[in-house]
Amino acid sequence: MNAQGRPSRPDNIAATDAPTFTGNKALQIEEDLIFEVGDFAGTGVDFPEPDGAPSRLGGLERDAPIGLPGLSEPETMRHYVRLSQKNYAIDMGPFPLGSCTMKHNPRLNEKVARLPGFADLHPLTPEAQAQGALEVIDVLSTWLKELTGMPAVAMSPKAGAHGELCGMMSIKAALEARGEAATRTRVLAPESAHGTNPATAVQCGFTVDEIPADKTGRVDLAALKDMLGPDVAGIMVTNPNTCGLFERDIRAIAEAVHDAGGYFYCDGANFNAIAGKVKPGDLGVDAMHINLHKTFSTPHGGGGPGSGPTVLSEALAPFAPVPYVVREGERHTLVETRRAAKEEGESAKSFGRLTAFHGQMGMFTRALSYMMSHGVDGVRQAAEDAVLNANYVQARLKSEMTPAFDGYCMHEALFDDRFLKDTGVETIDFAKAMIDEGYHPMTMYFPLVVHGAMLIEPTESESKRELDQFCDALLSLAKRAKAGEADAFKAAPVHAPRRRLDETAAARKPVLRWTPPIPAEAAE
Amino acid sequence: MRYLPLNDADRRQMLDIIGADAIDDLFADVPAETLNAAFDLPGHVGELGVERALSAMAAKNQAASAGPFFLGCGAYKHHIPATVDHIIQRSEFLTAYTPYQPEIAQGTLQYLFEFQSQVAALTGMEVANASMYDGSTGCAEAALMARRITKRKKVIVSGGLHPHYAAVTRTNLELHNDDVAIAAPDPAGADDIAALIDEETSCVIVQNPDVFGNLRDLGPIAEAAHANGALLIAVVTEAISFGAVKSPGEMGADIVVAEGQSIGNPLGFGGPYVGLFATRQKYLRQMPGRLCGETTDAEGQRGFVLTLSTREQHIRRDKATSNICTNSGLCTLAFTVHMSLLGETGLRRLAALNHEAACKTADALGAIDGVEVINRNFFNEFTLRLPANAEKVVNALADKGVLAGVPGGRLWLDNPDTENLLIVVATECVTDEDIAMFAEKLAGEI
Repeated sequence: MNAQGRPSRPDNIAATDAPTFTGNKALQIEEDLIFEVGDFAGTGVDFPEPDGAPSRLGGLERDAPIGLPGLSEPETMRHYVRLSQKNYAIDMGPFPLGSCTMKHNPRLNEKVARLPGFADLHPLTPEAQAQGALEVIDVLSTWLKELTGMPAVAMSPKAGAHGELCGMMSIKAALEARGEAATRTRVLAPESAHGTNPATAVQCGFTVDEIPADKTGRVDLAALKDMLGPDVAGIMVTNPNTCGLFERDIRAIAEAVHDAGGYFYCDGANFNAIAGKVKPGDLGVDAMHINLHKTFSTPHGGGGPGSGPTVLSEALAPFAPVPYVVREGERHTLVETRRAAKEEGESAKSFGRLTAFHGQMGMFTRALSYMMSHGVDGVRQAAEDAVLNANYVQARLKSEMTPAFDGYCMHEALFDDRFLKDTGVETIDFAKAMIDEGYHPMTMYFPLVVHGAMLIEPTESESKRELDQFCDALLSLAKRAKAGEADAFKAAPVHAPRRRLDETAAARKPVLRWTPPIPAEAAE
Repeated sequence: MRYLPLNDADRRQMLDIIGADAIDDLFADVPAETLNAAFDLPGHVGELGVERALSAMAAKNQAASAGPFFLGCGAYKHHIPATVDHIIQRSEFLTAYTPYQPEIAQGTLQYLFEFQSQVAALTGMEVANASMYDGSTGCAEAALMARRITKRKKVIVSGGLHPHYAAVTRTNLELHNDDVAIAAPDPAGADDIAALIDEETSCVIVQNPDVFGNLRDLGPIAEAAHANGALLIAVVTEAISFGAVKSPGEMGADIVVAEGQSIGNPLGFGGPYVGLFATRQKYLRQMPGRLCGETTDAEGQRGFVLTLSTREQHIRRDKATSNICTNSGLCTLAFTVHMSLLGETGLRRLAALNHEAACKTADALGAIDGVEVINRNFFNEFTLRLPANAEKVVNALADKGVLAGVPGGRLWLDNPDTENLLIVVATECVTDEDIAMFAEKLAGEI
């Protein structure tokens, strides 16, 4: 005790897991929905009184209550800050989601994206008053074309899957121009492909067949060749693939597809492993989307927004969507309609428009900020470090865990669940136990070609010290699983804001919005 | 390089543990002749240099707040409370992934649930998803959803639909050889779209307020659609109008698609924005996109998860309702925070202020000789018929510091029917001085 009688050191501490009165656990504070916190007459903004002039809404006034609560500013701040504290984030620790690329999001990117000349610029501002924005698009295009070794890029796709759509629409348009759209209706994609690949192909009106994998986790070239024919529009292959492996036969694959009259769509989700090292254009790619939110560090934001510029080969470039930016000397202009494109003669075959306006400008400024910061030397070093970190994790973990394939990996290390055999612990239990250790789990049960898959992508943003701690934690978990602690794994997580959630119940009787509680007398 | 924690000593030590001699051993599967390609690109630059270069580009643009500003047509300048931008920049929101591990993503999931609840209330519908990329792509997805429900291949598009939305819808539907009939631009907002609906029609797409700012009762169109077994897709590009105008749900819409940018999100030269997507409960399982649902955890506590994912590409692959993967996560958060601050009270007042500003602006501009306001009614956006090519007028006014509106020629290329039209929006950001200056400069230009 100090002189005031205030205890200055803990003693007589008894371990307890007794529930608190509030349900809160110190820094973890329970928070109701805004509909429960807020007042349906309340507001957190101050506006002047409207002058009450006669309405010109033509009798379409909204008279019935809408049912939206308003919160004062301090209540709003507290509500969302409390919610934020229930989230894991890359700024807190490793987020090794394979195929998702959770790398550091530099705050310089956020700063420049908020410059009024970018953030407060209307998309239909006259061109002369928006030259700087068009310049950003043009400079970013130049970077993307040079890094991929491709002659053209469509900037408007809103996300990776939208970029896939852009690429496959370009392929469809090219087939139409050849008069083969009606006959070339099949698209081939490996069984390890992202779900977006088959979904995109179907959205473009194609059917999809699965290319088998060989025993090394790569496309089975001989099997692919057997599947090719005059009905094949093209292939969709991720490279490096979703097993974290580079497709060794990539050039032979491209050649076989081209010889058969098809096109090669490369899913560029894993471009971060090779950016600055290899130009996909040198590998025979016809179209590839680039996830700016993966490779070029724009934030994932809890699930978006993304941005998926799509590079195109000479064969597909004429079919690129509108709008696009054309630079003549210092002046940038925007070609906005299919008709305008037609007036340019050769570039007259655009398949049309993918979105209103010009794409994810806010992501363009962020990505360009990242590229300029890194430079091509930094982009290359980032790819090398990402691959080095993944191989380091694989090397350190293989004593207790089971890599799915032999040999080096690229930017992500894939494990299967053989090391959990007969332990009673499954992949999901292992993942949930990682949460209690303070880590976001790796991607689990994907790709589908590996049993109980665990796909770890550390990215270049992790230090060796952080990786060592991470590997030590996983090794200890693997040992505990093998030592028969299945019950503890099944119960995990116990330290997170919530225990395991009942997803089956959520889907069986979906509750997708708040509804007012039924008053007691009405319920009777 | 400031973003890379490894140093050369780390790299050497790690290669030793891996058992590799050099970094390129790890790239051995890459065809050797393509590895370590040469790039004609600059090297790395410090933070100061990058900020300077990008600031120089930003300075070449005229921001909406730099002077009198009246542009709309699918993107609107509204004041965003400072709280919104602070919250969306919190690390835990900004740098989180899609909430695939719900135990450590309740923050994201709860705001998505709040977002869905707000969107359902605003649109007057029963269910809403966790957002689409933007309004235009949402519109195309709605038409695809209608063809799944009705199994029909004909889409009727009103002449009041934003032409970008119409183009995106056509681009997507043409992939299936569907018939997308886009009506001619309809500045009066009175085309008899209901008469075009027949028994082969999958859906009719009507924007309200339309791209010219006109309001119309969707009720008769809904009735005509339903009588023919077709769906009414209502499009709203100005979400603030939900605070003043009868909701599409109240007027019988089956799917409501809206651009949510107006609430919480900056103009940003066109993106990222946030698509609102709502429908009737009976069509829930044909909806595209992510959905967040309520459930309980192992201790019985309320929690939230992504749900009904058997509609989605990562589970259903080629049988999915859409290929969409991403939503507009952080933009939905901005929307939800701003909407929480507004509440119904604030939204209604904001809408009234917008309507008031537009009425004042229309009166001031309509008083100019030769300028005609063509709308009979409107919310915050209306259309002027000028005695001259509107694009030339807009460019001339822009040189004088007034961003006067969207000329017809910007949206409908080489169309003599629309080239003299100027679409003008006035929001709460417009001052009496802005209106006076616009009127003075416009009068001087025509």
